Amino acid sequence: MSTLLSRRAFLRGGVAAAGTVAASPVAKALPQDNTSEQLATLIDIQRCIGCESCVEACRDSNQTKFPNPAKPFPKMYPNRVPVEDWSEKQDVMDRLTPYNWLFIQSAYVDVNGEETELSIPRRCMHCTNPPCVKLCPWGAAQQLDNGISRIDADLCLGGSKCKNVCPWQIPQRQTGTGLYLDLLPSLAGNGVMYKCDRCHDRIAEGELPACIDACPEDVQTIGPRDEIIAEAHRIAADIDGYIYGEHENGGTNTIYVSPVPFEEINRAMEGGKGIPHLGAATNRMEAAENLALAMVIAPFAGLAAAAGKIVKHFKSGIDQGDANETK
Amino acid sequence: MKPNSTTATQSSSRWSATFNGGILFLLMLTGFAQMPIFKRYYIADIPGLGWLAQFYVTHFLHYLFAAIFVAIATYKTAEYMLEKKQVWKLSPRGYLMVLTLFGLIFTGGLLVIRNLSGIYFPASFIIALDIGHLLLVFGLMAGVAYGLFSKTGWLARR
Repeated sequence: MSTLLSRRAFLRGGVAAAGTVAASPVAKALPQDNTSEQLATLIDIQRCIGCESCVEACRDSNQTKFPNPAKPFPKMYPNRVPVEDWSEKQDVMDRLTPYNWLFIQSAYVDVNGEETELSIPRRCMHCTNPPCVKLCPWGAAQQLDNGISRIDADLCLGGSKCKNVCPWQIPQRQTGTGLYLDLLPSLAGNGVMYKCDRCHDRIAEGELPACIDACPEDVQTIGPRDEIIAEAHRIAADIDGYIYGEHENGGTNTIYVSPVPFEEINRAMEGGKGIPHLGAATNRMEAAENLALAMVIAPFAGLAAAAGKIVKHFKSGIDQGDANETK
Repeated sequence: MKPNSTTATQSSSRWSATFNGGILFLLMLTGFAQMPIFKRYYIADIPGLGWLAQFYVTHFLHYLFAAIFVAIATYKTAEYMLEKKQVWKLSPRGYLMVLTLFGLIFTGGLLVIRNLSGIYFPASFIIALDIGHLLLVFGLMAGVAYGLFSKTGWLARR
């Protein structure tokens, strides 16, 4: 039985669906954050009409999580530290900002010989092994058991390392808010980083993320990653299409399906700050993962280096024993 | 032992201490580089130090130096247990340094495991590990500084 959920599938069945959902792996995944199953979302690009219902729903649903910076901002040293203030530009909807965690990207591409405008919802990819989480020096970025990566606004110091290491530079900074104000605001930190948390609180309550819930076209589907991948391959086979997110950066929990190659979409898209690409993204954590093996071998290497001393020690013990026996 | 043999042993010991100290220094440098401070404070602007602001480079190097350090720590432990223990014992400072270093290896090892794909630790545990690892480094630096000023070693004669 398929356990994938879109808004329509969620609503259509009413109580009956609720019963079905309760018995399905997705239902188990949705109400609990402590499941070991990674949930992924499938974004079928050809369904998106660019109405921005998802964008508005995201903003409404996450309103309470948005920054409310204190002004004037503390003077930061040295002067090169950039002040990033989006509080006066909260209406910006054509890129990622601390107040806009999802936006619609457009690209004019050739689909079956016809120039077509593709609309692509863009937000955090929720990598299966997220560098933003793994390389955060304070543990402020966290990955939940269900694959959601989120930034704890109460802990983040706004150093922007997460953005720097993200293959898509997703997290966005707001100066003048967060823990750094209580520490050394002039010398360390610079606000808080914000990004999509895939409505972790709604999912914990068994609800769909706001963007999926609001979509009138069922562009997005959520479910266990392996089922989402299978569904993405089924659609791709049907339309002779392409998949993005399955292997990028070692795999993500946001899978796009498109009728045209993503390289083509990427070329046709407008780039810039706060506008993530759809190009190649190699696994950034792979080199460190391979080196982790060296850590396991290291103690044995140390013992091998001490082999001479170990042999000498036991040999002298045996010699001592022989000498005692001779006496 | 012949005098020139003693000189060779001392020289080898000095080289070994310099190498071990160098690895420890590089570990601390690449460890601090995990925080976004070297670019902010112009250190990465110094010619030849630009790599300190490249997080994936410093992360890889931190792992590499950590692996070498773990090998050295294992060797030194074996050497102490098999050879030196008969004549030497750990001084109070030595005890603290060894505890600090093993604490660093322990917390660092857990952080390496945390970084593997598919590994989930509770958020509060990760925060404790991050802060614990950092505090242990400060402890290590304090221990090294105390040793330099007081001229006390890690070992004392039994």
